[in-house]
Amino acid sequence: MSPIEKQRGGSETMSELRTHAEEIAEQFSDHLEITVDDVESQLENLVTQYKVPANEARRSVINNYLDEAGLDRDEISQGGASEILVNDIDEDEQWVDLTVKLVDLWEPGSDAISQVGLIGDESGTIKFVSFATSELPKLEEGAVYKLGNVVTDEYQGNYSVKLNRTTTITELDEEIEVGDNSASVEGALVDIQSGSGLIKRCPQEECTRVLQNGRCSEHGSVDGEFDLRIKAVLDDGVTVHEIIFNRERTEELTGLTLEEAKTMAMDALDTSVVADEIRGDLLGRYYRVTGPTYGRYILANEFEQLGAPADLESILIKARSM
Amino acid sequence: MSSNQSSDSVPTREVARRVFAREFNDASYTFKESDDERAPLYLLLPTGERANRVLVVGTLTETEDVGDESEYWRGRIVDPTGTFFVYAGQYQPEAANTLRDLETPAYVSIVGKPRTYETDDGTVNVSLRPESITAVDAGTRDRWVAETAQQTLERIQHLDDEGNEYGRMAKEQYDLPPDEYRTTALSALESLDESDSSPDTPTQSTESVSDPQ
Repeated sequence: MSPIEKQRGGSETMSELRTHAEEIAEQFSDHLEITVDDVESQLENLVTQYKVPANEARRSVINNYLDEAGLDRDEISQGGASEILVNDIDEDEQWVDLTVKLVDLWEPGSDAISQVGLIGDESGTIKFVSFATSELPKLEEGAVYKLGNVVTDEYQGNYSVKLNRTTTITELDEEIEVGDNSASVEGALVDIQSGSGLIKRCPQEECTRVLQNGRCSEHGSVDGEFDLRIKAVLDDGVTVHEIIFNRERTEELTGLTLEEAKTMAMDALDTSVVADEIRGDLLGRYYRVTGPTYGRYILANEFEQLGAPADLESILIKARSM
Repeated sequence: MSSNQSSDSVPTREVARRVFAREFNDASYTFKESDDERAPLYLLLPTGERANRVLVVGTLTETEDVGDESEYWRGRIVDPTGTFFVYAGQYQPEAANTLRDLETPAYVSIVGKPRTYETDDGTVNVSLRPESITAVDAGTRDRWVAETAQQTLERIQHLDDEGNEYGRMAKEQYDLPPDEYRTTALSALESLDESDSSPDTPTQSTESVSDPQ
């Protein structure tokens, strides 16, 4: 809140204009031959001669330069891109700098995409996309890069980063041990969400979307394939975590196999009996779950049920000392 | 770029608070944090926390159908400090079925929402409207007692913290000395320590938990 408040007052000091000018010059440094002094004098003209508030002046100057460079607003950084770890990305449309290793390149799904794949640092991995129109050099698998000015993107709780025309790519001569975004959480299993139990997935190659009433959101009415999974909520009294158990983990956790689940559903003429059975088995009990994070979910790789507390003594000591 | 983007872009699920029966039943003040009709309703806990949802694990000692025309089940769940009352009717069919079918006494785990109602003489009663009731083992129950004691003590510790909005609210709304909750939490812990007989439940249990049917 404070920067905006500050700039509302009419009397902008010269040093603040200078800061704006430096930021703007930096934003356009790859596109236009402009100096900080050029920018500053334009800002100053608007602010002192024409009594335009500094924010408006900044906006207007940036728009002029955008026109001059033939760029769209979202092709330049909004200033203040910061170095961040990929697993800390939790907001859409943030401009960030990353130091990452290219882990995996995927087949681009369209001509508009130059490269798509997975990049990672010690905190974990994230999807990246580089568009053909950005005309960036191609990245190589296994190489480590400093990527300046990439923008974050969010889709259904999952984050990716987009490279763009202003992105700077510097290959670094160093090695990164890429992490697996792994998290370990404990808590009571307080909810099993819809879409759990016996589900049907779209059989189209590479689709695997979960069908709603026999329909895939992409491929329409299809003859789905049965699968088992659990979307659960673990709650430790302070925070909640959403967990996905895939078929193997669901079978392990519930002792119910996919074949048994299908038989149950057929006998009942209703697939929801499977989720009901699972609810009775799992709700209200404590678990520890470990696995990679995927958007807002943790994919359960390992889990265990937690019984009676182990360190009663330490809690008692604390309670008595209060 | 608007004023408060960071936190609330995805509606967040309400946390299930851990609270003993003694404190839960002492609470009476409920509030909403926005004018929206569908905004969550919170029960203000005397130790300075808001609760829209709670997790309770205890001994189901009695069940009774108290409904007139349709079934309306009441269950009494006992913890080391007192008794929770839980009510389930036609709008909580699974919980009502469980209350009907369970043999008492049994350890149960309940996720539910606090509900208050005022009696004719003006006192406010607090009960629990269950989202789920499941039969659990002694290890789960002991874990809940320890966890609830710990979280109660932490709330008391931070009650007077600057910026603890609900701590301030609790002091305004209730005339309840927090030391009582410290004492009950401590004796709950001690009761676990004495009854240390319950064997360590094996991790990864699938069938060990008794099935109501």
